[in-house]
Amino acid sequence: MDWESVVGLEVHIQLATRSKIFSGAGAAFGAEPNTQACGVDLGLPGTLPVLNREALRMALTFGLAIEAEIASECRFDRKNYFYPDLPKGYQISQFEAPVVQGGTIVISAGEAEQRIGITRAHLEEDAGKSLHEDYAGMTGIDLNRAGTPLLEVVSEPDLRSAAQAAAFFRELRALARYLRISDGNLNEGSMRCDANVSVRRRGATALGERTEVKNLNSFRFIERAIRHEIARQIDVLEGGGQVARETRLYDAERDETRPMRGKELSDDYRYFPDPDLLPVRITEALLAEARAEVPELPRAKRRRYQEALGLSAAEAWQLAEEPGMAAYFEAVADAAPPRRAAHWMMDQVAAALNRSGLDIAACPVPAAQLAQLLQRIEDGVVSGKIAATIFEALWNEGGDVDAIIAERGLRQLSDADALTGIVAQVVAAHPAQAQQFRNGKAKLLGFFVGQVMQATAGKADPKQANALLLKALRNP
Amino acid sequence: MAHAANIAALRHGLDAGEYSARELTQDALGRIDATNPLLNCFITITAEQALADADAADARIAAGNAGPLTGIPIAHKDLFCTADAPTTCGSRMLAEYMPPYDATVVARLRTAGAVSLGKTNMDEFAMGASNETSWFGPARNPWRPQHTPGGSSGGAASAVAAGLVPLATGTDTGGSIRQPAAFCGVTGLKPTYGRVSRYGMVAFASSLDQGGAFGRSVEDVEWLLQAMEGHDPQDSTSAERPATTRAAAAGMTLGLPREYWDGLDAGMAQCLQAATRELEAGGCTVRDISLPHTAAAVPAYYVIASAEASANLARYDGVRFGHRADAPKSLDDLYRRSRGEGFGAEVKRRILTGTYVLSVGYYDAYYLKAQRVRRLIRQDFVDAFGAVDAVVAPVTPSVAFELGTVQDPVAMCRQDVFTTPASLAGVPAMSVPCGFCDGLPTGLQLIAPHFEEGRLLALGAAFQRRTDWHLRQPSA
Repeated sequence: MDWESVVGLEVHIQLATRSKIFSGAGAAFGAEPNTQACGVDLGLPGTLPVLNREALRMALTFGLAIEAEIASECRFDRKNYFYPDLPKGYQISQFEAPVVQGGTIVISAGEAEQRIGITRAHLEEDAGKSLHEDYAGMTGIDLNRAGTPLLEVVSEPDLRSAAQAAAFFRELRALARYLRISDGNLNEGSMRCDANVSVRRRGATALGERTEVKNLNSFRFIERAIRHEIARQIDVLEGGGQVARETRLYDAERDETRPMRGKELSDDYRYFPDPDLLPVRITEALLAEARAEVPELPRAKRRRYQEALGLSAAEAWQLAEEPGMAAYFEAVADAAPPRRAAHWMMDQVAAALNRSGLDIAACPVPAAQLAQLLQRIEDGVVSGKIAATIFEALWNEGGDVDAIIAERGLRQLSDADALTGIVAQVVAAHPAQAQQFRNGKAKLLGFFVGQVMQATAGKADPKQANALLLKALRNP
Repeated sequence: MAHAANIAALRHGLDAGEYSARELTQDALGRIDATNPLLNCFITITAEQALADADAADARIAAGNAGPLTGIPIAHKDLFCTADAPTTCGSRMLAEYMPPYDATVVARLRTAGAVSLGKTNMDEFAMGASNETSWFGPARNPWRPQHTPGGSSGGAASAVAAGLVPLATGTDTGGSIRQPAAFCGVTGLKPTYGRVSRYGMVAFASSLDQGGAFGRSVEDVEWLLQAMEGHDPQDSTSAERPATTRAAAAGMTLGLPREYWDGLDAGMAQCLQAATRELEAGGCTVRDISLPHTAAAVPAYYVIASAEASANLARYDGVRFGHRADAPKSLDDLYRRSRGEGFGAEVKRRILTGTYVLSVGYYDAYYLKAQRVRRLIRQDFVDAFGAVDAVVAPVTPSVAFELGTVQDPVAMCRQDVFTTPASLAGVPAMSVPCGFCDGLPTGLQLIAPHFEEGRLLALGAAFQRRTDWHLRQPSA
């Protein structure tokens, strides 16, 4: 039987604000337990939340970037449930009137571009962490994370495969990093993903019963877990069973999902407007501030790289994924041939960064120097091979491209007279090979080029050397 | 007889060196020691800290930089967080809770140099109208100690009426300042919602809770209000408004809402009519008005207040602070027993009510409907204030009842029939002593438009210039 899978994602993006969403406590990752939690985060009696305007601004920037509707007012609600790492016994979230409604994220997963609808994105506070190990039968509670701002992005069930889901998550991460609203650091839990998965017969319009798969925190896990869950549901249905509506947890070690809690325990969160926070008016001034933070977005960049700079789709994707990489590339491509710049970024620069474990932001070669170097190749001043050694020098010792060329005598020998002399000497020094060439052994030309290069310590312009050699060999 | 003097006289006495703040404090502490065993109006007496604060006040006075309240004894309702004294909220749950910070109101009064003598008794978490739900036993009415002082701010009203302190802070959610003020024959002001910071006031119903003032006269209350009020960036619902200034009473038009006056018992009606005539004699015009949705106020109030309370009190789970059950067997057991043991019957009743009205299937019928009623009641006042400058009404249907005689919780709720409308509308309201029925004080309620406390102060002061009810004191 032919099945179609239907997937929607809920992604929690941790916003990169300095302080928490409703308190002044710091929001940095990795501090000692309970050192970044103030009275508000602890839910002390009498404390009150005050909205961090920067978190709101970031949510608006996100909304504008995905061309969402931004209502003139949004509101915060209380989501009530008991858990030891939820200090107030409720989470402040947005239920009825989220900050962002609608919008689209365009993905391309090895095929044509696809528009994925965004249902909503809302602001909420994160809970703390319960630490079940290390406390001999007790549970440790770390409230550093409590009150950290989250933007929960909920997609429409527009995704049709695990690969598309992973592509969506990747696109969302790129977007969040471009907008500078999150560091997108998956290892530190800056983006966490739950998936709603169902299958139906191809051609059916009604949705099948869905399961929610939790705990998908890497590209690889998202794809594997969803693929596994789709296969499991198809097995159930083909075996004559029914998919139960339930929450399942992905176990990365066993590569399987298993039920977390049954539907009979479905919670009633008793949402109601938080009376401690007034409805938030989204003013024109606030929107203008948010709009000013929307840069050229990854998709537009990729299109521009292909259409205006002549890169391939794969090159455009690779260079546009990280805002830092893209910025560096653009700075180089501004002053040097773009395609050469792209190739150098993906070869020499990427390899050097990899070797040294550095981020592009810490790249020791300034973009202007790399551009100058590439321009010197273009000008015929140095060959690509010599340029690679200059790049190495720039990386290790710094300095100026032209100065390095001059000091080390790396300028290509393109003076025709000088080169003609060297060519004549080389031909004269190898009469046997010259004769063989004339008798038709054309590939001996390479041998002569090599000899010229050796004689000039690599500085001869290979093209020119070629032409002069041909002339000298054919007309002795 | 410094303790019978008004604040202006005390200020003069302190500044002129007729007595020191230490002497005032010692005098008040002596009377508290003698009277509190009978009246039970203090839960905590902070004698040592008070004497130290008094010495600091004396130093300020000597240095010539005393503020209006420097050296004046006060007492705080025991739900204002104090870093130097337990804050119990009248509950076993917080019987030993020591907050790590001062509420904004406490901090402002501390900065002003007021000398706090301790924390006053109250209904548990401010839920009650007789002080009988206090874990520490009820405070008593100094006019007749077998009677209630009212609630929830019963200890504060009792302490001021008994002359133990000239000023006391209180909070009013549905009448918790006005009703005890009326029962004890003192002046009590519930400011506009948003006038006084709620930061550090342990929350009962966040959209209704409002800090306010008790004193022996309108003028004294004005001194306290001016030290308490003002915008607080830590409370998102606190308003940015100019400070309260007294308006002119003469020439005001006053509305008598027939829904409050019809069916009032004869003795009470007589007192109130006489009071109204005094206001007319003072130059006001009186006319009948209608506030048509008055009867719906109590049910709407109990739905909204309980809903908010059910969430506000979720943080008392035995995990971080407050009462924690011994040797819990599981997380559920910890929650169940900590809350079961820590909360009294009335608090549990309201948590259950609030949980119920927010539940799926009941939310629309109760919570949303109550919110609609609330808007209608607010509109009643807005409409009325189009025609009149202030509203004149009774505070309570009867005088202070005997402790233990109102057992039915619904009958207890009826105590709030005249006070909950102003609470739901968020408008300021004040109770001033206006006579006696059966030997117990009665109160006149004055209600003004949002942020027009100045009108209440003007009317109240004009009334107190023409009458001496506020000067009457219970016999020792």
